[in-house]
Amino acid sequence: MVAADLEGPYELAVRRADLGLRVHWCVLPFRVLLVLTSHRGIQMYESDGSTMVYWHALDSGDATPVQAVFARGIAASGHFICVGTWSGRVLVFDIPAKGPNIVLSEELAGHQTPITDIATESAQGQDCVADMVTADDSGLLCVWRSGPEFTLLTRIPGFGVPCPSVQLWQGIIAAGYGNGQVHLYEATTGNLHVQINAHARAISALDLAPEAGKLLSAAEDSFVHIWKLSRSPESSYIEAAPLL
Amino acid sequence: MSVRTLPLLFLNLGGEMLYILDQRLRAQNIPGDKARRDEWTELDRKRVLNDIISTMFNRKFMEELFKPQELYSKKALRTIYERLAHASIMKLNQASMDKLYDLMTMAFKYQVLLCPRPKDVLLVTFNHLDTIKGFIRDSPTILQQVDETFRQLIEIYGGLSAGEFQLIRQTLLIFFQDLHIRVSMFLKDKVQNNNGRFVLPVSGPVPWGTELPGLIRMFNNNGEEVKRIEFKHGGNYVRAPKEGSFELYGDRVLKLGTNMYSVNRPVETHMSGSSKNLASWTQESIAPNPLAKEELNFLARLMGGMEIKKPSGPEPGFRLNLFTSDEEEEQAALTRPEELSYEVINIQATQDQQRRDELARIMGEFEITEQPSLSTSKGDDLLAMMDEL
Repeated sequence: MVAADLEGPYELAVRRADLGLRVHWCVLPFRVLLVLTSHRGIQMYESDGSTMVYWHALDSGDATPVQAVFARGIAASGHFICVGTWSGRVLVFDIPAKGPNIVLSEELAGHQTPITDIATESAQGQDCVADMVTADDSGLLCVWRSGPEFTLLTRIPGFGVPCPSVQLWQGIIAAGYGNGQVHLYEATTGNLHVQINAHARAISALDLAPEAGKLLSAAEDSFVHIWKLSRSPESSYIEAAPLL
Repeated sequence: MSVRTLPLLFLNLGGEMLYILDQRLRAQNIPGDKARRDEWTELDRKRVLNDIISTMFNRKFMEELFKPQELYSKKALRTIYERLAHASIMKLNQASMDKLYDLMTMAFKYQVLLCPRPKDVLLVTFNHLDTIKGFIRDSPTILQQVDETFRQLIEIYGGLSAGEFQLIRQTLLIFFQDLHIRVSMFLKDKVQNNNGRFVLPVSGPVPWGTELPGLIRMFNNNGEEVKRIEFKHGGNYVRAPKEGSFELYGDRVLKLGTNMYSVNRPVETHMSGSSKNLASWTQESIAPNPLAKEELNFLARLMGGMEIKKPSGPEPGFRLNLFTSDEEEEQAALTRPEELSYEVINIQATQDQQRRDELARIMGEFEITEQPSLSTSKGDDLLAMMDEL
C-alpha cells in the first residue's frame, strides 16, 4: 500500500495539498514501476521507491490562464505505461525491461476534456480486442487497442456528467459517473447493456476483483456497493446483480 | 487546483461573517433612546453592515478577486477579513476575531461538504448574496454593487461544466482539510460529531439530475430493456422536487448558505477536543511557507482595492464581543491552543484614499519603531517590515 505526499523531484519537501495526485503500481512484463502524477508532471520510481527512474514535466503550453494543469489517470498496457493529462491527451511511455531509458512514444488524441481515469486489460492473445479504456470529465469513454501504435476502436459519448472511474474486465467496460450511476458496456460494440442507479452522489471509485467477477463502487454518499458481473448464458449479454 | 475558486470562497466566507456580525449586533442591541454612548443601537448595526458590505463589493476589489489565481492559505485570507471587519466603526479583539473566523470557516466547510451537486456551491453563494441584499435593502448604491458582482458570477460560473465544478469543489475541500473545530450549534443539531467531523445525511432529496438508487436495468443490442432488478439501497432518499434558480432572482431551493443564526441562538466554538489532528495542523503552521512573499503581494493588491472610509471626527471605536462577556473573551484569548492561533500581524493602515494603490505606500503606513535592517531584495523588504511590527 502506498500513501503519497507531494514532493517535487529537485525541490525541498513542501507540504502542499495537490489535486490530481495519483499513485499506481504499473505491472509490466519484466518489472514493476511506481508512478505518481501531479500538477507538475509524472514521476516513475523503481517498485521499492528507492530510485526515481524517470521524470516527465507537463507541458502547459496551450493552457489558458483559467485551466488547471495536471496529469491524472495511470495504467500499464503490455510494456507501455499510459498517463492522462488535463488537455485530454493520453501520454504513452515505452518502458524497457530495465533501466531508465523510458521514452514518450505516442500522444493519443481522442478527448477534449481532462482525463479522469484509464483502465487496461491484457488482450489474452486475441486479435482486434479492446484492451484499454480512457475516461474524461465530460463522461466520454474512448476504447483502444494497444500496440506499437494505439488504435481508437470506439467512442462512448458522455451525458453531461464526469466519469471519475472506469474498469475493464473480460470485454466489459464498467464506468462510474458523477450522477451516481454505474454503466456496463460491451467493449467491442460500445453498446450499453447495464445501467445501475447505484448511488445518491457522485461515484468516487470503482474497483474490480477479476477472479471473482465482482465490481465494487464507492461514492460520496458514504456507501460502498459490490456487484456480481456475468454474462447471460443464452444471449451472452452482460448482466449485473447486487451483492452488498 | 482550480484557479476560479477564490471568488466563491471569499464571498461565501464574507456572507457567513455578515450573518454572525448581524446576529451579535442584534443580540447586543440597545433601544436608541436608552443607549449609553458606548452601546450598540439599531442604527449602528445598520451602519456597520453597510460599511462592511460596501467595502466587500467595491469594484476595484472585486476586479482583483475575480482574476484567475490560486487559493492562498487560511492565514492570508484571515488578514483580509480582519481588515474587512474593521472597515467600520466596529472593533474586534484578537479573541473575538479568531472566534469569528473559526465560525465562518466551519460554516462554509459544512455547506460545501453537503452540497448535493458540485454546481450547487453556486446556489450557496447566491443564497449568501440574496441575504446580503436584504441587509442593504435601503441603500441603492451598494445594492447596485452587489448586483454587479452577482452578474459577474453568473457570467463566469454559469457556463462551467460539471467536471470544472468538481475541480472547484475539490480545491475548496482541500482548503478546509484538517479543520475540525466544534461549533455548538452544529453539535446541538447533530450535524457535527464530537470529534469535529460533519455528518453526511443519507436521507432527503437526491441531487438534481440523479436517479433514486435501487434499480438495475439490462438492455439488449438494440437498446431495449430486457430485465430489471430492484435492490435496497440503505439510504432513505426521495426525488429532487425542482432545480434551484441560477438567475439574478429566483427560488434557490437549496437551504445551505441561508442565514442559520437567529437572535436567540448563541453560538460557541469548542477548542478542547479539536487537538486530535494537531500533528497535521501544526505542520502547516510551523513549516516556513515558501509562498509567503507571493501571499503578501496578493494581500497588498487586494487590500489596495479596498476603500476604507476614513472615520470623520473623533469617533469612539465600538467594540463588538463575540463571547457572552468580556471575561469570557479574555479567558478565550488565554486558553486558545498555541497550535490553533493564526499568528496574525495587525495592520494598522490609516485610510488615505489617494495612496492606497501602491504596495510600498500601504506598507509605509505601518509604525516602525526601529530602523529596519538591510535586506537583500525587494521581496525581503516586505517580509522584514512585517517581522518588525
